Amino acid sequence: MKLLYFAWVRERLGKAEERLDPPASVATVDELMTWLAGRDEQYAHAFENAKVIRAAIDHRHVRPDAPIAGAREIAFFPPMTGG
Amino acid sequence: MSATIRLQREAFDVAAETAAMTRDRTDIGAVVTFTGICRADENGAEIAALTLEHYPGMAEAEIARHVEEASARWRLLGVRVIHRYGRIEPGEVIVLVATASSHREAAFAAASFIMDYLKTRAPFWKLVETSAGTDWVEAKAEDEAAAKRWSGAPPEKERP
Repeated sequence: MKLLYFAWVRERLGKAEERLDPPASVATVDELMTWLAGRDEQYAHAFENAKVIRAAIDHRHVRPDAPIAGAREIAFFPPMTGG
Repeated sequence: MSATIRLQREAFDVAAETAAMTRDRTDIGAVVTFTGICRADENGAEIAALTLEHYPGMAEAEIARHVEEASARWRLLGVRVIHRYGRIEPGEVIVLVATASSHREAAFAAASFIMDYLKTRAPFWKLVETSAGTDWVEAKAEDEAAAKRWSGAPPEKERP
């Protein structure tokens, strides 16, 4: 699946997007963040405060317990500050 | 209801955008506009500029969903939302929300509703540039509270 990162999540990872295929045991957004945090130190730093990070699946906001099955694009970002 | 949603890097003319909403129409009795402008300070510190990052595709979709919800709640005759991204200096316009209706109540309420959701739900992030470097703006609890006041049962649509 395609993963997108914005604002300080993007900065901490040093990349705006990538394609990754998590194992089938990773079922929810929350679990995906835990899995990503376990990849290496850079991911661990980006996702260390996972509770404040928001997620969207296919351009819609989702909660941490949202299933990721069938997702084409998942984005992670801090709380929004537009307007 | 005609809605125009635009995200762009370039500056725009608020008066021209507003005038375009009522051109050749005599059914509109009220237009409310909100213009968001880049201030020269953020939490007491002087800033050189803001850089707005956004999520292309989702930003348009999210704004469109809230515009649609606004038009389900209030009798609107037009909505125009223009949001800039990229580097913006103090004094420059960041965002325009304009709502048109036959009467003022719907236009005022819908503009406020759309703006509150734009602040908390539209995927934009502000990076502040100061003499000390750059820093991401933190989301404000009062913006979240402002958006929450609209949740619950929507009111009856305004009479025609």
